[in-house]
Amino acid sequence: MAQALLEVEKLNVAYGRAHVLFDLDLALGRGEVLALLGRNGAGKSTTLKAIIGLLRAQSGAIRFEGARIDGAAAHAVARLGIGYVPEDRRIFAELTVAENLDVARQKPRPGAPYWTPEALYALFPNLAEMRRRPGGRMSGGEQQMLTIARTLMGNPLLLLLDEPSEGLAPKIVEAMADTILRLKAEGLTVLLSEQNLHFAARVADRAAIIEKGRIRYGGTMAALIADEAAQHAYLSA
Amino acid sequence: MDFVVIQLLNGLASASSLFLVACGLSIIFGVTRIVNFAHGSFYMLGAYIAYSLVELLPRTPLGFWGGVALAALAVGAIGGAVEIALLKRIYRAPELFQLLATFGVVLVVADLALKIWGAEELLAPRPPGLRGAVMILGRAFPQYDLLLIAVGPVVLAALWLLFHRTRWGALVRAATQDRDMVAALGVNQGRLFTGVFFLGSLLAGLGGALQLPREAANLQMDLSTIAEAFVITVVGGMGSIAGAYVAALLVAVLQAFGIVVFPKITLVLIFLVMAVVLAFRPYGLFGRAAAEPRAAGAEAQPLGAGDGRAWRWVVPGLALLAVLPPLAGGYAVSVVTEIVILALFAASLHFMMGPGGMPSFGHAAFFGLGAYGAALAARDVGAPMLLGLAVAPVAAALLALACGWFCVRLSGVYLAMLTLAVAQIVWSVAFQWTGITGGDNGILGVWPADWARGKTVFYLLTLLLCGGSLWLLRRIVFAPFGAALRGGRDAPRRAEASGIDLTAVRWTGFVIAALFAGLAGGLFAYSKGSVFPTYIAISRSIDALLMVLLGGIGTLAGPPVGAVVFVGLQEEISRYTDLWRLLLGLVIITLVVAFPEGIAGFAARWRRRAEGAT
Repeated sequence: MAQALLEVEKLNVAYGRAHVLFDLDLALGRGEVLALLGRNGAGKSTTLKAIIGLLRAQSGAIRFEGARIDGAAAHAVARLGIGYVPEDRRIFAELTVAENLDVARQKPRPGAPYWTPEALYALFPNLAEMRRRPGGRMSGGEQQMLTIARTLMGNPLLLLLDEPSEGLAPKIVEAMADTILRLKAEGLTVLLSEQNLHFAARVADRAAIIEKGRIRYGGTMAALIADEAAQHAYLSA
Repeated sequence: MDFVVIQLLNGLASASSLFLVACGLSIIFGVTRIVNFAHGSFYMLGAYIAYSLVELLPRTPLGFWGGVALAALAVGAIGGAVEIALLKRIYRAPELFQLLATFGVVLVVADLALKIWGAEELLAPRPPGLRGAVMILGRAFPQYDLLLIAVGPVVLAALWLLFHRTRWGALVRAATQDRDMVAALGVNQGRLFTGVFFLGSLLAGLGGALQLPREAANLQMDLSTIAEAFVITVVGGMGSIAGAYVAALLVAVLQAFGIVVFPKITLVLIFLVMAVVLAFRPYGLFGRAAAEPRAAGAEAQPLGAGDGRAWRWVVPGLALLAVLPPLAGGYAVSVVTEIVILALFAASLHFMMGPGGMPSFGHAAFFGLGAYGAALAARDVGAPMLLGLAVAPVAAALLALACGWFCVRLSGVYLAMLTLAVAQIVWSVAFQWTGITGGDNGILGVWPADWARGKTVFYLLTLLLCGGSLWLLRRIVFAPFGAALRGGRDAPRRAEASGIDLTAVRWTGFVIAALFAGLAGGLFAYSKGSVFPTYIAISRSIDALLMVLLGGIGTLAGPPVGAVVFVGLQEEISRYTDLWRLLLGLVIITLVVAFPEGIAGFAARWRRRAEGAT
């Protein structure tokens, strides 16, 4: 791999006295989709939050395009071209769909796809029909679309997607997978946290498995699909 | 009929200024989650700066309005500067520390205003062109007041446009809901917060400047305004601008009629309105039970139950306390007596706020009621001192039993406001019921019994009672009841699910806190020989808050440490300078920035670290 877009090296994170991530290593090449798999509480969300800067690392390094970003404020990390889509969506309930998008607007970024509200309405036709609706009065699936669209308004190079399939109807999960493949085709790099192996298999090139805060497995998605022992050891309930 | 209309118009004119100051407070709270005690000081600065500018500028309409606008901008800039210089450093500190820091600003501004503008009230003339009156239904009504009536809706509309038609406004609304998410989307919160502080302070300054021709600028404006602004915001719903307007109208119109029908009620009315509204709508008229920041115990470390060896320094400490002050002479005994009483007062508040998770801005209600209870028992019944000292906690506990019923249903800022309302009501009863309480003159001649008249004996009695009370409070915190109380603070739902009747537990905790505050009040009455309404005033509640926060909320050793530091600072500073509030404010600000966990909390962490290192 040429220089990685994102490199995480020996990352340690703790909530107060509870140590959650232990010497975590990850690397993503440009244009790649990596699925971070693991059970509930394994540390997937914590990893993404630490990368975007919502959580502070105890030690270790996070590099984006070769430059250290650990310790930087979340807004500064976001402005370097990392888009974060939280697991619980965190839509601004009082703001309309259009306002939710406007709040997240950033300048065009060289090397990243440039998104306008119109382009996003084309990508998510449902949203186009409810531009003036408050975010709080949308279904879960619609909110999931909006939270991704909102993050895309920042024209990211790298997208951090925290369990995008969680709590969605099977049909919408399918649409979500199509969307991620579209974004990959546009040139985006995606780090995806997932519990749903089937969904991850549809979109990801590579997989990493995290268990109790440590990376236990790394390889191509195809290799993981073939490796039933690994699936059984780290993923089955 | 004409009378009703005129009073209504009067109410509407007063409402505008109230609205300006309250909505500024509400906007600041909404985004930064800071309860800005200094907001009343910004209002006062607006009035004073406008006075100076109007005096300086030519006496033309342009001069007047230019002065008002410049004053508002200047106050906005001051607010922004305070945010940058002070608050930015403490956004991650617990909510009550931020409150303490803004209270430091209150003290600094109060003394600066006294130094710059003097103690006299300053009234500005009405602006040229609006000095006359209009005849409305046969009565003269000032033109200026008509203009003020229009200001409220105009500002409301302007703010609505700002928040709903600009990207900055959308950012503010988004940050009000979830500021971390806004940051994760690449928005620099720092600049947003400074902007919000600028806007909120500007509105407060504008309110003060516009009110100037109606109400003279004076040095009491800061605390009286902040109390009213808190009430308006809480009644309207924290963070709701429309709510602030409706609440301002409601309160101002009721005041306008109240003052005519029953003049004595005006001091209480606003707080009665709040008590009624909060009892029925706990989050205010337009408020929602939104993500309120966790109150006092938010980042609470588990309390260490001690290792059972604490007596090794408590016992010699008490022995020293009993022996040393009498050796040092009468003055030392008086000061230490006061410290010991205030330590109990602070500890009772700490019990509520720390283990109970129930912050209070009105704890002086119970302290004062204890003092008055003892004084009335002594004067009217001729009760001996020990009986008086027994009446004090009982009186306070009875009040807590009554008002606790609706207080403990609320939490965080709303609870603190409701306790403030209770204290204001008790205060105005003491102030206005002159027949019984002596009003402002207080009750004199509350002296200890003959056997305890000597300073040293009374001091030892105080030490015994307060030491015993502190020990009891500590026992309660670690008893099953205390565990239930702390559990309810940290995880209310889980506590309820495990069979704890949380309302009953919190109510009991509230009464216990009042009981000990009342005892402290009773002792204070006998030590001073008199009681005054100031024992119940806002500033005394804040003293208690300062002591608790200075000592540190997360440790039981905090309140005594806080009392020592507080009284010590006050005594030392006032010995050298008349600017003691300024210095105390600066000391508080420095302490908050340096020790965001309080002094005793800092010491505890330092000790843990030292132990961890060995």
